Parts: sequence; C-alpha cells; structure tokens
Amino acid sequence: MNLNRRGFLRVSFAATGGLVVALYLDPTSRAQETAMPRQPAKVYPPDAFVNIRPDGKIAIQVNRLEFGQGVQTALPMVLADEMDADWKNVIGELAPAQDVYKDPLFGIQIVGGSGSIAHSYQQYRELGAKTRAMLVAAAADRWKTTPDKCRTEASVVHGPNGQSATYAELASEAARKPVPATVRLKNPSEFKLVGKRVKRLDSRPKCDGSLKFGLDLDLPGMKVAVVAHPPVFGARVKNVNDAEARRVDGVRDVFEIPLAKGTGVAVVADKYWPAKQARKLLNIEWDFSAVDRADSTELWTKYKQLAQTPGNVALARGDESALDKVAAANRIVAEYEFPFLAHSPMEPLNTTVRFDGDRAEVWAGSQFQTVDQMAVAEVLGLKPEQVIFHTEMAGGGFGRRAVTDSHVQREAAVIAKRLKGTPVKLVWSREDDVQGGYYRPMHFHRVEIAVGTDGFPSAWRHVIVGQSLLAGTPFESMLVKNGVDETATEGTADTLYNITNMHVSVHHPKVNVPVLWWRSVGHTHNAFVMETLIDELAARAKMDAIAYRRKLLKPEPRSRCRHLICSTNRPRAGAIVCQRDTHSEFRVMSLSEPVSLVQSTCRSKTSDQRSTARRSQLIVGSQ
Amino acid sequence: MPGLRAGVLVSAIIVSAALWASASRFAGAETASTAQGVAAWEQVYSVLTSPRCINCHTATNYPQQGDDRHRHVANVVRGPEGKGVPGLNCAGCHQETNADSTGVPGGHNWHLAPLEMRWQDINDQPLSSAAVCRQLTDRSRNHNLDGPGLLKHHEEEPLVKWAWDPGRRPDGSARTLPPLTHEQFIAATRRWVEAGTPCPTGR
Amino acid sequence: MATFQLTVNGQRREVNVDPSTPLLWVLREDLKMTGTKFGCGISACGACTVHVDGVATRSCIVPISHIGDRPVITIEGIGNDAVGRAVQDAWVDQDVVQCGYCQSGQIMSACALLKSTSRPTDQNIEESMGGNLCRCGTYPRIRAAIKSAAAQINKGGA
Repeated sequence: MNLNRRGFLRVSFAATGGLVVALYLDPTSRAQETAMPRQPAKVYPPDAFVNIRPDGKIAIQVNRLEFGQGVQTALPMVLADEMDADWKNVIGELAPAQDVYKDPLFGIQIVGGSGSIAHSYQQYRELGAKTRAMLVAAAADRWKTTPDKCRTEASVVHGPNGQSATYAELASEAARKPVPATVRLKNPSEFKLVGKRVKRLDSRPKCDGSLKFGLDLDLPGMKVAVVAHPPVFGARVKNVNDAEARRVDGVRDVFEIPLAKGTGVAVVADKYWPAKQARKLLNIEWDFSAVDRADSTELWTKYKQLAQTPGNVALARGDESALDKVAAANRIVAEYEFPFLAHSPMEPLNTTVRFDGDRAEVWAGSQFQTVDQMAVAEVLGLKPEQVIFHTEMAGGGFGRRAVTDSHVQREAAVIAKRLKGTPVKLVWSREDDVQGGYYRPMHFHRVEIAVGTDGFPSAWRHVIVGQSLLAGTPFESMLVKNGVDETATEGTADTLYNITNMHVSVHHPKVNVPVLWWRSVGHTHNAFVMETLIDELAARAKMDAIAYRRKLLKPEPRSRCRHLICSTNRPRAGAIVCQRDTHSEFRVMSLSEPVSLVQSTCRSKTSDQRSTARRSQLIVGSQ
Repeated sequence: MPGLRAGVLVSAIIVSAALWASASRFAGAETASTAQGVAAWEQVYSVLTSPRCINCHTATNYPQQGDDRHRHVANVVRGPEGKGVPGLNCAGCHQETNADSTGVPGGHNWHLAPLEMRWQDINDQPLSSAAVCRQLTDRSRNHNLDGPGLLKHHEEEPLVKWAWDPGRRPDGSARTLPPLTHEQFIAATRRWVEAGTPCPTGR
Repeated sequence: MATFQLTVNGQRREVNVDPSTPLLWVLREDLKMTGTKFGCGISACGACTVHVDGVATRSCIVPISHIGDRPVITIEGIGNDAVGRAVQDAWVDQDVVQCGYCQSGQIMSACALLKSTSRPTDQNIEESMGGNLCRCGTYPRIRAAIKSAAAQINKGGA
C-alpha cells in the first residue's frame, strides 16, 4: 500500500517550531480506507458532543464550521436519529477548537476535502447511540428493569410497564453511567431523520437578523482594526505619515505590523467607519525592493509560451508521439485561459482576538481551527491550549477560510498583542478581500487531441501552466511529487475517460501572488477544459453528449456505476443498489424518481487488469 | 409732389430703421447667423455627450457610471418610468444631495431620461451631433419644449445643474465636470436658441 | 460628531456620530442591530438593504445625515407586517438559506417587490432581485420562495 502518497494527517510542532502536516486528500481511495492502518482509536466522550438541558433542549456540538453547506444541521441529524432525540428540540452548536473535535481521519479540526459527513458520519452515529444507551441504562436502573425492555422515542424513554421519563429528567443519572464501548446502530430502515427531508436548523435566525456571524461579534470594550496592506504582495512599509489619520474622531492608534509576508499598517478605532476613514488618510511609502511586481499581461505571455512545450510529467500513458503522426485536419488544438479567481465569500474576512498575557481568546469563522489556533499561539508566545478558539458561523468560505499561513488570524493576534487586555476585531473590507491575494491561481491550458476515425480521441496531449498551491506549505511533501502538484492536475491525469495515449504535464511558475484552493480545487479549471473538449468531440462525431461519454468512460465498475445503475438483486421499494467489483460491495442510494428498466452490462476490472463482464439489471423505481 | 415723396422716403427710412433696431434688440448685441447657431449647438452637444449627462441618457435598459461609462453597478434597470424597479429604485440610493463620504451622487428626483431622449445607441456610442440636435428640437420627443423652454430647462432643471456639482467619487476625488461651465453652457444654449435652434446637416 | 434622531422599526433612537457615517454602521455599531449586513460597502451586493420611508435602500452608502425623519425598517422589524412574515415563512419553508449572510438583504428586497407587485413575474423577480448577490447560489430557491410568499399573501393569509 502506497503510504507515501496517501498518508494520514499528523499535526505536531517540530523542535524548530515549524508546523509539520501531512494531509490525506484522496477521495477516490475511500474504498481502501478500511485497509489503511488506523490512527490510535480516538475516544469521543458523548458529553463533549451532547448536552441535554433541563428544559429539554439538546445541544449538539458540531466539529465543523458551518458556512452554508448545512453541516450544522446534517451532523446533529445523524446523532439525533441514533439518539432518538426529539428533533424539534435539537440545537446545533459550532464546537471550539479542541482535540476531541478533530476530524477523525484528518487529525485536525477542519472543513475541507469533502470530509465532514464522510469522516464523521460513523462517529456521530456512535455518539448518538451511546448517549441513548446511557439514558436507557439510567431509566432501566430507575425502574429496576433491563435496557432491552425499554424503548425510546422523541426524547422519552418508555419502560415495560407504562413508565416514561424524558431525556432531560434522566440526563444527570445518565451522565454517571459508563460510556458503552460498543453500541448497536440503527438499521437504515429505522431512520427517522437521515435520508428524509429535514429543514435546516439555522433558517429562521438567518431570516430574521438574529443569527450572529463572526463579523457581528460585539464585546465590551472591543476595538475595531483595519490594516493597510502593501499594494504589491510582500512589500514593506518604508515610512508612514499618520498625522491626518490620527485626527479622525474615534481613532485610537496607528502602528506598523508584520504580515505573513511583508509589513502593513494597522489602524485601531472604536468602530469600523472611523478606522476605514482613517486608513484612507494614511500616507504610506512602500519599499518594493525585495519583491517581484507580478504583471498580468506579462504572465499571460509567459504562460502561453510555457504551454507550448511539455512540463513536469503527471501522466505518460501509451505512445507519446501518437499525436504527431495524425494529420492536422484530424486534430483539435485548444488553449484555455483562466484568470486569478477570488473566493469573495459574502462575509468579509474577520477575526476577533483578546490577549490577556497568559491566555487568549479568539473568535473566527475558521475552516482550519487547529492550524489557526496554533498560529495565534505562536504570535502571542502561548501554547495552543492557552488559546480558547471559538468557531463562529461564517458567511461563506469556499476554501478562503482555510489558509495554511493563517494570515488573517496572525494579523489580528499581532494587533491584540499590542492592545493587551482589550479585544480587537480585525475587519477586511471587500477591497482588502478582492485585492488581498490567496486566489485560485491563474491557469493556461494547451490541449492537442488526435481524433480517431471512430470519432473518439486516440491521443491526448495536455499541458497545464499554473502556480503550485502547495509548494512552500507543510503539504508540499505529500502532494507535490516529481515537480507535479496534484491539485493542479486532478481531473486530467486521473481522468476516467478511456484515452489510450495520454500525456499530461504541468509547469508551476513562481509568481508573487499568494494562491489557495478554491472549492473543488483543480476541478475549477480542469473540469471545464475536459468537459468542454469532450462536448466538442461529441459534436464533431455527431453523437449525443451523454452517449459519447458513456462510450468513452473507462470500463471500471466504479466509474460505470456512477453513470449506470445496476444490480443483480431485487430492490427494496425506491432503492437502487449498485454492485461493484469483485468484492461485491454494495452502495445503497435512494431515488426520488422512478427509472426505467434497462438491460446493461457492467464490467469489472480485477487488480491484474483482466476484464470480467457481468450481466445485470437496472431497477425500476418505487414498487 | 416732391415733399410727399420725401416724406414717404423718410418714413420708410424711419420705419426700416425702427424695424432694424428692433430686430437687433431681439438678437441681442450681435447677429446670430445660422452658422453661428450651429457652432453654438456644437458647444451644447459637447456637454450633452459628456459622462455627467450622457450616463443617464442611455438607449439601453440601464444607466452608466463613471468617466469610462461602464454599466451601472448592482444590475439596476430602467423600470417603467425610468425610476428603477421595486427593490432597486434610483432614489433608494441616490438621495436628494450628493453623499460625498460614500461617493454616491445625489439630486432631486434621480432617474433615467426616457428612451426618446437617448443620446447614444445600444452599443453605448454617442449619437451624432446632427441626430441629437434633431431629437432635442423634435417637440414630439422633447416633452413639447420650444427654444425658450429648452433654455429654461438647461438653466433650472436640478438634474441638469447637478452635472456641475457632481460630488466626490468613493476614493474622495472630485468627479470630472462637463467641458464648459454652466454659464458657458447657458450662453451657448441661448445663442443656439436665438438662432432658431439650427441643426447641423447630415446624419 | 453630531446627534441624530431616527426612527428604526417604529422606535425613536438617538445616536451621536460623525455625520458622514453610513446608516449601515450606525445600525450595526451604534444601535447594535447586526441583522443588516456589510458585504461590500459600495452598494454592489445588496446585503445592507433596509427600507427608508418604504423604499429599499442600500444602507452602506447613505450617510446618516441624509436620513432625516424618514422611518427606517430593518430585517429585525420587517416581520411585523403580513408581507414580511409571509416572506420569512416562505424562506424557511423552502429552505432558501445556506450560509445566510446575503439573506437579510434578499428578504428586504423581496418585501419591497411584493409590497408593490403582488403577483411578480419571473422578469419582475429577475429585475428587482438582480442586485442582491448570493455566493452560495440560492437564487432558484429565492425565486420559488417569492412566488410562494406571493401566493400566501394573495390568499389573504400570512
């Protein structure tokens, strides 16, 4: 098993104070997860996740940031279902940064890599089931009966002789019960919430103005800060004239601060408006001597030039020269340009920090709590456990709120250090955000395709030019191999389309613009290139775009089954069952609409590359 | 009789002189020929097609903004009366006076000029001087204004006068003014009107 | 600094601020009403939408000095009438929100539309709501919720 490409995440401080992180980011290997060596089994005490209040409300801690994806509803659903909690009384809360809330697979507290449900589904089911078991144990004790004679429903335990007790009534006794090592989980047919249409928990407060986002935080004595960032990334302040800025009513202080790269000028005021007005009045002279001034026109020219020749090889399959043997009339040549792309979540970036000397408190809508907590601790000269890190509801993120250098949190911490004792909310304006870097990198693609007489691609040469996301970050050693950053090639080098002769290579120029993953990462550009080219090929072959793809997809059961639905079993009503591979692994999905019955062939490939055909049947919908 | 002929001649001269004098009084201190009227029009046209004016005299469903006359922010649209649509009325953001601290211009009854008063085509290109002149003097399209009416409009209409007090941009810099001062604009308008609002020939 | 009196959600309030301060920041930081959101500060996104004298207004660019006596209604108060309630209920019923940050502004704009157009067409919705940005992409559900709110309002219920 190939651990050097697919390792688990481990986070630790190296002796030199650096951050050592290895990230497991391969969703296509999920099937192999059970075969991987597990991290030491984590203990997830239910009382860290479930709080049954005296009034009957059940607060469930969500180990993820909620920023629109719905996890603040989804994970509580999972737990509440196994717990048989009354959904009407469930509250989802965003957990602070703590060891117990780390992603069980990634090993850090994070939202990203599509891991929330995938990695915490089983975890939250067990938490719910264990909580239920402890409540039942408490009730059984009370009624001098046994748990198997009790049943639960909607936050009530019912005994064998008409007894009943609410979860709230049983909560303190249940808390004294031992946490069971194992529990029975529900059969999916018993689910009351999972798989059903359930309304979001946060809808109403988001519709009446009562829900507080990070930017809405208000603390007694709080100040607001804005930072003047250099107009060229990484430049430094040479000198600043702040006389006019200081005269603005409400301004408290103006001072130079170090940034993740370079330096800037912080303005601290009682409120946002005076801080912003004062910043406009700063007269800053910048030192650009140590930085490159990236220029868009120059970059496009350079990128286009680089794309004309192959770069570091990501995939070399079949005959590399096959393309050159095909006449120009039977070739498609396409060049694509993708600009830098700002995430621009609706809620501008912000973080609030209060530094008290021996401890600190942080409030941030962070996708990367463990990493950000460590960064704040480092700036303040504290240990991470001395930093209380609250996770705030966030107005969007799309990756922008998970930054390996924690630059926003660092800025806030630096300012808080100077304002010791006073909480300070750092606010990035929209201009700061759009001009502040950490974009999806710009990319240039050049693709040459040889079109066979059958209309299908016989050769495909693909050159991608774009900055490496991970070079220079703790993730580099895991995901940048042989000069190829996998986040730049995903969807191309690992395409499921069956193209015999395929060559994918990449150039990673170094540009003075900080870059970051943007939701779906490499697919933000690669999917567009691949799918528009397939569309073009299909049109050229005068074939329907879907039919063309079905023919072109690799004959592997997983990929086929994403596009064809097949089973050898009789289905339950409304269910589709997909049989994959020779392990006979079943994945159950449910459909809301009926599908028609079609005979089809599923091919499966065994690990030694032999093909085995298998006849199967598509399922009719509800019966 | 010689005395009578002399008398008629003198009368004729006096009457002519009187007519000439009154004609001069009507024209002001100088004669306004057609050529001079067209020249005055060209000055008026230079103001009408400057950004502060033409940005709201569009041929499209939206206003423009800025000296580069890009499409107005926030997808605002014309609406049935040129006042925007519910949720995005012009007056919702554009108050009675300029808001210099936020860079939003303001004036009374902020709205788009009706389509019959468009001074550019749908590709944002200003219409020709001749075309705009014809439009401005077409009483079926100009809200039935005659020459003096046009002059008064240029002198008094708040949104016209706004162009010379357009406030500050969000970055604090002053918006550029039309190429003539308001006084020069009025003077040119007056000369053009007194010449009979002649239009240049051509398309 | 100057003192301003204003009426917000039916209540008389007084603040002492720089006259250039946009209404948005007076609401958020002086009156501690954070339901109205800061998204861009240049009237481009609509997150800051309030009603001033019944007209949907982008509070991030209207200085407090320009408000005067005109009553201000914010997201915290829009539910006090039938249209506001119907819109909020439709939003919840249709699961419109995702991150929710834009939704205060969306709801205020939708209410302005429905108060003037009781049966908005797709084009009405497109035009009136087209200036409210949502980076999560909830637009189809916003459209559906406006139509469902309209149906509810026209039934006479709320």
